[in-house]
Amino acid sequence: MRMHDHSHDHPHANELSDPEARTRALETILVQKGLVDPEAIDEIIETYAKRVGPQNGAQVVARAWCDPQFADALRQDATSAIASMGFQGRQAEHMEVLWNGDGVHNMVVCTLCSCYPWAVLGLPPVWYKSPPYRARAVAEPRKVLAEFGVTLPKKTKVRVWDSTAEVRYLVIPERPPGTEGLDEAALAALVTRDSMIGTGIVEVGS
Amino acid sequence: MREPETPFEAPWQAQVFAMTVAMNEAGAFTWTRWADAFGAELQNDKASGNAVYYAAWLRAFVRVLVEDGHATSQEVETLTADWHAAARATPHGQPITLAAVGCSQNA
Repeated sequence: MRMHDHSHDHPHANELSDPEARTRALETILVQKGLVDPEAIDEIIETYAKRVGPQNGAQVVARAWCDPQFADALRQDATSAIASMGFQGRQAEHMEVLWNGDGVHNMVVCTLCSCYPWAVLGLPPVWYKSPPYRARAVAEPRKVLAEFGVTLPKKTKVRVWDSTAEVRYLVIPERPPGTEGLDEAALAALVTRDSMIGTGIVEVGS
Repeated sequence: MREPETPFEAPWQAQVFAMTVAMNEAGAFTWTRWADAFGAELQNDKASGNAVYYAAWLRAFVRVLVEDGHATSQEVETLTADWHAAARATPHGQPITLAAVGCSQNA
């Protein structure tokens, strides 16, 4: 720890933490060199802190449930189908959708770091980025699922997908029974973030 | 379960995240290059949480910048020390700027 410096005439001076000071240093350097534009930085923060989130993915899921043509388009080229709804990855990454159902449950992890489909889910939750999830999702997926409150029939196959910088996955969860009369917007409201990562299932009235 | 989880717990976390994305978008490095560097930093961490996660992010970002020639370690260390000094020279409640230490910013 750095000792407080009382040599100045400012008894109530500030103290920056090391990451704070280092981040400001990087910004100073990169802006001065013209490598980053402060406005672009603000725009990126605004986007990820406020605008994009799982509500985007929920719309994709609801449309996939309601519109067979869109579901086909997702199967053929998920990146383009999702982009057609206005959701595009900033890193031009390739999107793939994973369909739950027919005895298969898909679940997504990034064992290397925290690759995640930002355009449809926003930034990942803390648990997705945590070392235990990254290590255990592949080694003991059923145990991890149980901790999320998801218990699957024994004969259901669990497939774990490891995201990379190039490929990001969106799980299309199973449409819950009893939702036949709901429209897309009402369905989207049922779709949780975790269900699109594969650590949750969609339920009515949950 | 639609809890609004804030992706950043401190402004610096948002800042370093956004600088990385901006540099990638400007073509300074590919996202694969970034993911490899970041993944390597994360291997050393056992703890969870945004503070640890973004600390690793910050280390990886500095490493990529230095290795790819966008900044030198010396620049980073000097400017970091300048920002610490600026904070200590700034009365509480006033915005911290490098001008507080008469820094020439000639990085």
